[in-house]
Amino acid sequence: MPDPTATEEATSQVQSPFESWGRYPTYGAKLLPLHWQSDFPALTANLHNGALPVGMGRSYGDVCLLKDGNLLVTTAMNRLIDFDPETGLLTAEAGVTLAQVLDFAVPRGFFLPVTPGTKYVTLGGAIANDIHGKNHHTAGTFGRHVTRFELVRSDGSHLLCSPTENPEFYAATIGGLGLTGVITWATLRLKPIVSRKIDYEGIQFHGIDEFLDLTNQAKDIEYTVSWVDVTSKGRNFARGVFMQGDHSAKKDDLRPSPKPKLIFPFEAPGFALNALTVSLFNTAFFHKQIHKRAVALQDYEPFFYPLDKVLRWNRMYGKRGLLQFQYVIPWEHAKEGTVAILREVAKSGLASFLAVLKAFGDVPSPGMMSFPKPGITLALDFPIKPDKSFPLFQRLADMTLEFGGRLYPAKDAAMTAHQFQSFYPQWEQFARYRDPMITSSFWERVTQNS
Amino acid sequence: MSTTPQSTSTPRKILVLGATSGIAEATCRIWASQGASLFLVARNAEKLAAVAADLKTRGASYVDTAVADLDDTDQHPSLLAHAVNSLTGMDIAYLAHGVLGDQTEAERDFNTAAQILHTNFMAPVSLLTWLANFCVQRHAGTLAVLSSVAGDRGRKSNYVYGSSKAGLSAFLDGLRNRIDREGVTVLTIKPGPTKTAMTAGMPKSEKFADVDSVAESIVSAIDKRRDILYVPFQWQPIMFIIRNIPERIFKKLNL
Repeated sequence: MPDPTATEEATSQVQSPFESWGRYPTYGAKLLPLHWQSDFPALTANLHNGALPVGMGRSYGDVCLLKDGNLLVTTAMNRLIDFDPETGLLTAEAGVTLAQVLDFAVPRGFFLPVTPGTKYVTLGGAIANDIHGKNHHTAGTFGRHVTRFELVRSDGSHLLCSPTENPEFYAATIGGLGLTGVITWATLRLKPIVSRKIDYEGIQFHGIDEFLDLTNQAKDIEYTVSWVDVTSKGRNFARGVFMQGDHSAKKDDLRPSPKPKLIFPFEAPGFALNALTVSLFNTAFFHKQIHKRAVALQDYEPFFYPLDKVLRWNRMYGKRGLLQFQYVIPWEHAKEGTVAILREVAKSGLASFLAVLKAFGDVPSPGMMSFPKPGITLALDFPIKPDKSFPLFQRLADMTLEFGGRLYPAKDAAMTAHQFQSFYPQWEQFARYRDPMITSSFWERVTQNS
Repeated sequence: MSTTPQSTSTPRKILVLGATSGIAEATCRIWASQGASLFLVARNAEKLAAVAADLKTRGASYVDTAVADLDDTDQHPSLLAHAVNSLTGMDIAYLAHGVLGDQTEAERDFNTAAQILHTNFMAPVSLLTWLANFCVQRHAGTLAVLSSVAGDRGRKSNYVYGSSKAGLSAFLDGLRNRIDREGVTVLTIKPGPTKTAMTAGMPKSEKFADVDSVAESIVSAIDKRRDILYVPFQWQPIMFIIRNIPERIFKKLNL
């Protein structure tokens, strides 16, 4: 029987494997919850082996892991500090999740300026990975909408960071993978909405040319993203559905509708996801939309967070977990690079369930190490098959490098130090702003001399 | 979800003792989103200010605070009078302060045990005596008190804490028996283990209760004028079984 008195005050330290969303790799680490802004660095004064602030652990690989180190879990540091309904400026502690922000903001007629495909990430994590969303071409990255934050360093200093205050730490921390210190609070500019609904349109396409045409036609539409079938070959190669939407301008109820919650109940056996089942799924998805075009007025939840409904969907991939692969290739080589990589994936026979294609815009990020840049981005996920997945990843990463692109650290567990340092040549400049106590398994891996 | 602003005719006036504890904070967020008036008491000024700002931002119509060590029972009457004055009345008093204490140390040293009993039993008795009489005079009000399932039967791993909560639960039973007929509700809350930041990412933490759903159950039990709340509810049958294990077997168990 669990100890009925084990409330949060009862224990302060737990030794545990902390899983990232990909469930690979897994490392033992000590979990130290930060409940209050003053907990860091007081709590960590006598720590060895380094520390890393982490939120919901929704990164796929090892940017949110620290082997045998201390993970400073920020999710209990989730208080709101101030909200101005005139300007839409929300100040909140860094452990507040985007889901909590939406619960607060939507009934008041406000929405996140940028959101990823899951709302279960913290404000601090969104800054640290400088996340992007379906509106990258109109809004840029998340960091662009963070007007100010506080960074606490292990030496006890408190740095107020904005484009004009400590601008170098502002730039290093946005997209800085949590390595520059602990973000205690941040101010985010929300945007006004009058409805929970999205005016949605889905359009089938065949091939990258059609995708690019649709992208061009949708320049003024706020949100665009495409699902692409990577299992099909021949005439159906690179077929997919282009999805676009705007916040509905028609005044509507902003109160939340009741949400059914579905938790993926078990770990799927390893054989459940194979080339055949994934191919069947993709074919079914493509034809779910019977007509070439489909329009709908849709609640924002299924539009932005179709997978959040299945709370632990990563279990679908079984015990071994999954690996994500997300690149951006600049416009110069975007088309040929994407076609070449899709062909390589199709050739490998390794199944990617969720392939997401999108054009990044040219709104610059304030972040020094930020991932997005103008071009095409593709995100693929694969169940891990050690003998096959990693060689494929190396080939894909090398191809990305040849095409002048780079990979997204938040979704990586496989790139080599050489690849990382070629993707992000500014890494040495960034390293000067790293907090000496803070590191991650990712950082250790990609900064070794190769 | 419960954090949606709801319209209530007049904002409820709620006094919260131990407002920086995790369960209390989660409960207050629901009340704040309903537009309640809150008076918050806690020991640490900085933490109290953070909680107060959060509740104000979430929509509380009025938030006032007092920094106080509730172990100091002499100060209770003036503190409570000040709170009631600040709120211009009181609909709900929510007692959420308490300590787990160090069982091993308490086995060696009576002063440690006495301190746990003072914080978890004597201090609430002092507060409740004043609050009960205040409510009885007005024939209205709810006294909601965090006890624990650990008070249902003493166990070797935490019997000092458990006995302080057992005493508190028994006191609340008697108080309810005395003042229910005066129109005053007494709610005994018995929470089980609750999921928090430290268990994030741990597979077994899924067995722990989510602090927000615990808070929702508490708000709902207060609204329904319930007497005793086991939260999550599964603890009610579990504790029924544990209370009824014969002592000659129970004493040999490792619980």
